[in-house]
Amino acid sequence: MAPSLNGGGCAPIVARAQALFDDLSFASARDWKAKGLDRKVVGYMPIYVPREIIHAAGFLPLGILGGGDQLEVIHGDAYYQSYICRIPRSTIELGVSGRLDFVDGMLFPSICDVIRNLSGMWKTMFPNVYVRYFDVPQNYRDDIGGNYYINELTELRHDLEQLRGKPITDDELRRSIVVYNENRRLVRELYALRAHSPWLAPAPEAYVVLRAGLVLPVEEHSLMLREYLATAPKEERPRRDNCRIVLTGVFCEQPPLNLIRSLELAGCYIVDDDLLLVTRWLTADVPTEGDPLQNLALAFLHHSESTAAKYEPNLKEKGQHLVRAVRRSNADGVIFACPSFCDPALLERPMLQHVLKNAEIPYIAFKYAENSGQMQPIREQAGTFSDSIKLWSGR
Amino acid sequence: MTIITNSKPAPAKEAEKDASMLKQKEMMAAHYDRLTSAPETGDKVASTFVPGNLNELIMCFDLVNNLPEVNAIQNGLRRQSGAYVLEAEKIGHSEDVCTYVKSDIGMMAKGNLAPNGRKFPNPDVLLLSYTGCFTFMKWFELLREQYQCETIMLHTPYMGDGKITKNMLEYMVKQLKEEVIPKLERISGVKFDIDRLREYLTKSAAAEDDLVRVLQSAKRKPSPIDAYFGGIYYIGPIFGAFRGTDDAIDYYKFLRAEVEERLAGGKGPVTPDGDMGKEKYRLVVEGPPNYTNFRQFWKMFYDEGAVVVASSYTKVGGVYDLGFRHDPAKPLETLAEYCLGVYTNRSLPMRIDMLASYVNEYDADGLLINSIKSCNSFSAGQLLIMREVEKRTGKPAAFIESDLVDPRYFSAANIKNRLESYFQMIEQKRAGARVAA
Repeated sequence: MAPSLNGGGCAPIVARAQALFDDLSFASARDWKAKGLDRKVVGYMPIYVPREIIHAAGFLPLGILGGGDQLEVIHGDAYYQSYICRIPRSTIELGVSGRLDFVDGMLFPSICDVIRNLSGMWKTMFPNVYVRYFDVPQNYRDDIGGNYYINELTELRHDLEQLRGKPITDDELRRSIVVYNENRRLVRELYALRAHSPWLAPAPEAYVVLRAGLVLPVEEHSLMLREYLATAPKEERPRRDNCRIVLTGVFCEQPPLNLIRSLELAGCYIVDDDLLLVTRWLTADVPTEGDPLQNLALAFLHHSESTAAKYEPNLKEKGQHLVRAVRRSNADGVIFACPSFCDPALLERPMLQHVLKNAEIPYIAFKYAENSGQMQPIREQAGTFSDSIKLWSGR
Repeated sequence: MTIITNSKPAPAKEAEKDASMLKQKEMMAAHYDRLTSAPETGDKVASTFVPGNLNELIMCFDLVNNLPEVNAIQNGLRRQSGAYVLEAEKIGHSEDVCTYVKSDIGMMAKGNLAPNGRKFPNPDVLLLSYTGCFTFMKWFELLREQYQCETIMLHTPYMGDGKITKNMLEYMVKQLKEEVIPKLERISGVKFDIDRLREYLTKSAAAEDDLVRVLQSAKRKPSPIDAYFGGIYYIGPIFGAFRGTDDAIDYYKFLRAEVEERLAGGKGPVTPDGDMGKEKYRLVVEGPPNYTNFRQFWKMFYDEGAVVVASSYTKVGGVYDLGFRHDPAKPLETLAEYCLGVYTNRSLPMRIDMLASYVNEYDADGLLINSIKSCNSFSAGQLLIMREVEKRTGKPAAFIESDLVDPRYFSAANIKNRLESYFQMIEQKRAGARVAA
């Protein structure tokens, strides 16, 4: 077990999480791998992969979320036209610059055509790495989409067994489900804390703590979460006269940390969001009895987040997850922050905005890129939004 | 650079057309008349997409097929799409997303008029055949919101590993059997008859044979067809509402005879300005064309003696030249295989293989990519495709950029400059080869 970080409030925990966030060489994952010849690292992109299967193989699942605002993209731009979002180009940069040379496999989930095509690019550019486009069902019947998905999970399990050199047993899968259930419970606790008292767990801080879960072994991350949850509420923090907003559209290419910070400084507490969805994609505990792959499949079909990459078969249900998020977190409004050229977020946005309008929930919208540097316009827009809510919503 | 064109250009000289083009024009006009008469005739309408178009199945339920992509193309060719795109952006759709979608939504906002000037009927069902393009899913969710009509999802898994697995096929057939067909029965009031489907599939295969003969005629020198600009006409009926009909069989027979006559006469393609002059460059083109300036775009090629001998865009509604035919012996499986195999559902390595083999098999001088600003399905990864095809074939490749139906992204001067440079590059390569020989 990793040593406790809890020696002086939450500052050391946050400092460690921040260091992991800043490290574009993935030293912590490299160190983990160096500790055993049988250790392998499997990278994955947003928004969701069943990390339990990677974990059950004894491998480290490693979230790859592009290069952020600190990575200078030199080679990556040569692979993409100007009208394609930034996350694939910075991910390519990570690849060609050797920063991912220790990664044994890469999973590209079904989220959009850019990430889909990146899976083929990766196969072509890195032929020695195991690469899989990870498809998920858009049909949610157990006997149709469910069966399809169980077979896809079985194929993934089989591929990882090949990489491992031995089978992954059902018991190993069940044990992994247990540790991820625990991790998701802690993540939900963190979100509950933020929804209740957002000043106790400021958004940029909570974000880096959550994001650490994409590079650390899950057990270590759960420990970090537990210690953060135990220490953060005890810190003396000023409670600002901020409005409370749900941040949406940020599920793939990540906003710069400075953008998250700017929103809170501009007067908007982020009380819910769709950042780092993989950490809480499954909204209820996955059963630990019975067939583990079937359990993961049914959890995906019936207990998973709604987002733009998923088809919503019921017109009346379209966008209601956002209304529920607003009600659940007692938010005053919604901020749509969408990455430039992001098909899922931008095509979805008008539909969600209509739903919010009907529910009389105020919203604003802007675009960003992971390397956006100029925060002043966003700060002004968010500040005005916050002021208008405070002035006119009767708070 | 982006050029924003506000003024209408001077009317162009009437384009010369093959007899087959005139025949197709009549077919399309009759189809639009049938479609826009639906409120009077009581015909029910199914909207769906070109890739994964299940026309044979739709016809089994007496539904009329309406293809929003084709409508957007028509609006592009008629120079109406620019205003529609702006209208959609005005009502909140991002400038970054697919202009087919925005042209469609803008058209709805401005009266929803078909090319015959009559109003499109509201669809009775949106058949969301989700194949090879993420945007399709959002597009029909957006339309569903407008029309408040039933939407049927048919999810086609992506061929990420370059193969169709048993799991993919079973998933699709089950969706067809247990979701798509029962819902279409209920909406149309027509009972599904598998023999009727088999009959349509047999007709599809006959037309597909002739289409392939036409496309492969471009292997000859000079090529009797242009497989991109002309090819767009050739695929019209089979990618649209005619696959599985006698009309399509007749059209492709007629087209094939016309092309064989040109072959026998040693003629090149027919262009809007008449027979093309001497064939100087043979190109393979990847990516959709620009429709707002289609004729001007084509002219940049034929003025230089450049003919497109193979293209990927003419495979978005079915890759027939690699052997696939609709098979009446396995009617539902064949529909699944069709959806799985369309060009944009193929992995990037498969696309690279296909384009490299086109360059070799059609003895092309190289690959040209027309990268479309608002189509990530095609565009993401094209720069790598270009490098790989160059590497494998030893032939030069070039890259131009435009958009489907947004006139703001067609910069004629830029494209022309790049094409001229490309043709010079080909000349230099030839000169180098001659010296080496």
